[in-house]
Amino acid sequence: MRSDVKVGLPVVILTACLFFNSGVAADSQIPFQVGSKKFTESVILGEMVTLLVEQNGVPVIHRGELGGTRILWDGLLKGDIDVYPEYTGTIAREILAGEGLRGEKDIRRHLSLSGVLMSQPLGFNNTYALGMKEGLAGRLGITKISDLRNHPELRFGFANEFMNRQDGWPGLRQAYRLPQENVRGLEHELAYVGLQSGAIQVTDLYSTDAEIAYYHLRTLKDDLHFFPSYEAVLLYRSDLVKRWPKGVRAMLGLEGKISGSDMIGMNEQAKINKIPASTVAATFLRNEFGTPVHAKKESWVRNFVLRTREHLSLVGISLGAAIVLSVPLGIFAARYSQKGQIILSAVGMIQTVPSLALLVFMIPLLGIGSAPAIVALFLYSLLPIVRNTHSGLQNISPEIRESAEALGLPYCDRLWMIELPLASPAILSGIKTSAVINVGTATLGALIGAGGYGQPILTGIRLDDMALILEGAIPAAGLALVVQGVFDLAERYFVPKGLHLALEE
Amino acid sequence: MAAVLDTSSLPRAIIELQNCWKAYGSVQAVSSIDLQIAAEKTAVLIGPSGCGKSTLLRLIIGLVRPDRGEILFEGTKIDFHDMPGLRHQMGYVIQNGGLFPHLTARRNVTLMARYHKWERSETEDRLLELAELTQFPADALERYPVQLSGGQKQRLALMRALMLDPKVLLLDEPLGALDPIIRFELQTDLKRIFQRLRKTVVLVTHDLDEAGYFGDSLVLMQEGRIVQQGSAEELMNSPADPFVTRFIHAQQRRQQVWV
Repeated sequence: MRSDVKVGLPVVILTACLFFNSGVAADSQIPFQVGSKKFTESVILGEMVTLLVEQNGVPVIHRGELGGTRILWDGLLKGDIDVYPEYTGTIAREILAGEGLRGEKDIRRHLSLSGVLMSQPLGFNNTYALGMKEGLAGRLGITKISDLRNHPELRFGFANEFMNRQDGWPGLRQAYRLPQENVRGLEHELAYVGLQSGAIQVTDLYSTDAEIAYYHLRTLKDDLHFFPSYEAVLLYRSDLVKRWPKGVRAMLGLEGKISGSDMIGMNEQAKINKIPASTVAATFLRNEFGTPVHAKKESWVRNFVLRTREHLSLVGISLGAAIVLSVPLGIFAARYSQKGQIILSAVGMIQTVPSLALLVFMIPLLGIGSAPAIVALFLYSLLPIVRNTHSGLQNISPEIRESAEALGLPYCDRLWMIELPLASPAILSGIKTSAVINVGTATLGALIGAGGYGQPILTGIRLDDMALILEGAIPAAGLALVVQGVFDLAERYFVPKGLHLALEE
Repeated sequence: MAAVLDTSSLPRAIIELQNCWKAYGSVQAVSSIDLQIAAEKTAVLIGPSGCGKSTLLRLIIGLVRPDRGEILFEGTKIDFHDMPGLRHQMGYVIQNGGLFPHLTARRNVTLMARYHKWERSETEDRLLELAELTQFPADALERYPVQLSGGQKQRLALMRALMLDPKVLLLDEPLGALDPIIRFELQTDLKRIFQRLRKTVVLVTHDLDEAGYFGDSLVLMQEGRIVQQGSAEELMNSPADPFVTRFIHAQQRRQQVWV
């Protein structure tokens, strides 16, 4: 007997996922895992640590551009990363905020309670500052932050992180009693573009930003000494000393070696001159330590293949699992209408959680990497499939449903031989919708270390490099089209011929 | 008002409804139904639309359950937990055929044979036998329902209902959606088929002429109740109720316009 519903599709997808995922499997011994935040300075410091450790024969991976402080700190505590560059001010005012910490000793004692050690300062202070275009500041006669009080009409644009941190805008506004109402959050990398275009007039700066000179910005004097010192340090897990003592020794060689002007110079190399972060880091190490350090040559093709594999694995696994769960849920919802409403509301509710928030919620549960991204994408893929399965079954005409019942087919056979084939166009289009949304949303996975096409997009935004953004955006769009095409073909194969004819009538 | 047949003058009843009631929400569809369907005869349920005749048929095949009352099949109470088994002894045809659009004509008819895992040759023999009986063109067997004419669809629905050789055939306005010429042809064919098969047939229609043409006995219904049961002549010559006369006259006047 030829089956009336074809079961091949989910099986094929799952098999494909397993194939793609096989390359992501973890090693038996965990390597030296370096993390960095999603801004250039952090990536360069992460590369330096990586290169130094690697040079000493220690297996090392760099999980670069992992989003903000919260993601890195949680990842460090969970052991998804072993070390990342941080700033003392951020530790005191953000990570350990509310502990009322005074001084370095206090901080070290507190960190050690969480199994975290702090290196000596690396040598530069990257404090927050406020900046505006030199010309405008000159016209208005503004030299220090308290001068801003007299210009409530100025448009402020701050990095999203700065908007919410205690040592950011809320504290600053209170300390200086600033009256401005027109304040918006944006990506730090975009703030310079905003200043240039006049969309915003004042923004937060890091004092080592290369753009300060490049865009002719005036740094406003912190006359009330609101911003604490932000000495760059390395935070690392105490167990790392036992696991890779050689690596830790090599890494701590950076202590006191990087001056403020060194850092500004390196930021300029990477951001203004578009030299890859690993090359900038390697050049510095070569000059500083005199040993030949070589940045890895990155092959575009190899990168593309890797990104594609990561992306397909994120989409394939999450979508495959969503299909396996959603179709039965939709069937259940169609059969039991009251409980069905609860299911539909529940999956609908998941859909209302912003995708970025959902990704970050997963970190405490699943750490960083592909696992939390897959779970988040899986949750996102449920609604279209559940809803379409449900409505596809509900929309079968009562005449046909009853004819099947009157023939004396038990429920399961009716479902299998009659109702699912009739609902198959709706179910497939639900899966198609989920797949296309999934391909797009998966680009956000890069923020939590899941890789994929989001990685070049993230780097491109960081470096204000349109070509790099397109390197991620074009394949992502292409993949969405391919997915759509594949499902259009699948429709031809899975949807029974009689239904095609009926639709053409 | 309940109409009970005089059972002594008739063959044994294959289906019996005892004091059956069914409401949909606040609408009482059928009330206080007592009815016996004689084996191997054709009974026609007739009445204006909304009188409950379709509900009665759906009660018999178990698509709806009575709120009160019992239904007996061959003298045994229907067990609603074993409807599939019982339904294999009944064939059910509705107005638009209720054909499965994703299956060819052949697969619509042979669905239940496949479910019961019949031998291929046995299935094929039965299929051709039914096509011959219903005069369904053999070359249309590979077509999908959407590619068939209205008359062909009803012939196909009849084939599907007869596939497992049920004891009872239930037809709900099987000719209702057909144009007059096709309808006339199919009436003639149906009558011939009923005579040849000698099965118990329960047919629902609102057309008195059709009822008289098919029915060994007519069951006239109004507002969920049985008003009168008997042959067409009995209804005409000795109406049990003024409604019976009104219903008959209304139908005759319509026919006079046509003639």
